[in-house]
Amino acid sequence: MRTLKLTPYVFVTPAMLLLIAFGVLPLVVALAVSFTDMDISGLANWGNVGFAGLENYERLFTDPDFWQAFGNTFFFAVIGVPAIVGASLAVALLLARSDSRFYRALRSFYFIPAITGIVAISLVWAYLYNTQFGLFNWLLSLVGVPPVQWLSDPLIAKFSVAFVAIWRGTGLNIIIFLAALQGVPKEYTEAAALDGASTWRTTRSIVIPLLRFAIFFVTVTTIISWLQFFDEPFVLTDGGPLGATTSMSIFLYKEGFRLNQFGYASAGSVVLFVIIALITALQLRLRRPDVEY
Amino acid sequence: MSSTDVRSAVSPPPPEASPAPMRQIPQPPRLRPTRAGRHPGRTLTIVVGAALALGALITAFPLIWMLLSSVKPQSESIDYPPRLLAQEPTFEYYVQLFTELDFGRYLVNTLIVVAIGAFGLFFMAMAGYAFAKYDFRGKGGLFFLVLATMMIPVQVTMIPTYLILNGFKLTNTLVGIALPTLVSGFGIFLFRQFMATIPTELLEAARLDGAGEFRTFMTIVLPMSKPILAVQAVLAFIAGWNSFLWPLIIASDQNLYTLSVGLALLNQQLAVNPSLQMAAASVMVVPILIVFIIFQRYVVQGFALSGLK
Repeated sequence: MRTLKLTPYVFVTPAMLLLIAFGVLPLVVALAVSFTDMDISGLANWGNVGFAGLENYERLFTDPDFWQAFGNTFFFAVIGVPAIVGASLAVALLLARSDSRFYRALRSFYFIPAITGIVAISLVWAYLYNTQFGLFNWLLSLVGVPPVQWLSDPLIAKFSVAFVAIWRGTGLNIIIFLAALQGVPKEYTEAAALDGASTWRTTRSIVIPLLRFAIFFVTVTTIISWLQFFDEPFVLTDGGPLGATTSMSIFLYKEGFRLNQFGYASAGSVVLFVIIALITALQLRLRRPDVEY
Repeated sequence: MSSTDVRSAVSPPPPEASPAPMRQIPQPPRLRPTRAGRHPGRTLTIVVGAALALGALITAFPLIWMLLSSVKPQSESIDYPPRLLAQEPTFEYYVQLFTELDFGRYLVNTLIVVAIGAFGLFFMAMAGYAFAKYDFRGKGGLFFLVLATMMIPVQVTMIPTYLILNGFKLTNTLVGIALPTLVSGFGIFLFRQFMATIPTELLEAARLDGAGEFRTFMTIVLPMSKPILAVQAVLAFIAGWNSFLWPLIIASDQNLYTLSVGLALLNQQLAVNPSLQMAAASVMVVPILIVFIIFQRYVVQGFALSGLK
């Protein structure tokens, strides 16, 4: 009897320990360290760590680099979220038109960017973007456009970096939309077709409203993923030129691991967490199940 | 190669797991020709298909360009205007990666990190089973914790996690690279959802036959959970293979670099030889493409499930 009662704890313990150690504890540590002046000397010996009160937070909110990273992240989200949600919804709607083998095979091509490693992908894009021998500038030269500084012009670099992330981010959402589209009862669309409604009209008035929850879900997860934007700018531009592609995550990485200012970077982590938590909470509040038709 | 071994290892799949194209071979390509003919949207379907095909080609183009450029001699890859196909194809850069550079070691490290991920899978299955089939004190609270961790972003935890691993003297170890992502709340959640559908009578019968709790789990629950195990194993492989942030932060010793970190290094060092870079990128991407082609069904299922979050 006793052993039977212990069993479930034995089953959950390894996973829960790991989850607590790397899911919950980091938040506590970040909060605690954010009130200290921990740096590289503190890493070697915790005796060198001193209490700093709210100093890190005060410094953070007056740091122009932080505000630049904050603004960049906002900028990325503003162009990236509509692009990813719009593109993946459009492609999913088109792909769902037919169940033929040809259409099914096409799906795979759209999924591929989502599963490829970011570093490899960034190298390929950097090669395509190259100003001297890159393919894009050559294609532009064919139509008489002068070379574009894809990754070295501060404004264009933002778009170049975001475009790679959009290219990579649509595949997953196409799958989610396709799965949601399977849940749309055939009777509705067929009835609309019998009534003489055009495909466009059926899509707009019946299918998209039925997908409301999926669209909402994808929008929220996409917003959160843009707030965490890291890989593409890290490999393509290292946050440059002049910090133009430094996102909040890149800012945190640089302060933490390049400048070893762990206390300061932890304060930034806490701020980022609060922003993401607020958006998640907003999602939970707005979340309503789809209307049953 | 190893990918075909993996396929033969899981070759007796549940009936619905056999690849769709093979099952469709005896059937005519269109299931309902009369209906399709009646529909006025048939031409539109062809036009949309053509547009989608063009879009698919553009989407896949960077990868096609990568493969084609990886066999160009260096002089051709920086040639202007660029050519699509190599004039004198060569595999010398693939050889160079493994002879002059340390990509053999990076590959082994990556495979070790991926292999450690199997333990995570096992732990998540165990926890999912307990949440699905046992009643115990604190279950509600613990499961809430599982769900809550799904919402904690990695970038927020990278600095404190580094400090924690440093505290355990696990920085600069392969285990340290694998640990932070070994177990995910979402994985446990998926296992729980699936295992809740296993009939409790079956477990009772095993217990009556004298099987211990762990034995029941190993001989009945795990085999019955093959579909969800397959989905999660494939996703864990892809995530482990591609993972970049943790190897970058945790491994400072070059002997512990994974493929992605080695590749990022190549970006800084050898900006003058695109052929070599494309060969290295191909080494990283092609195995994933092979896994994707073989296990596409599981990948798609896993991604679709992530919509459940």
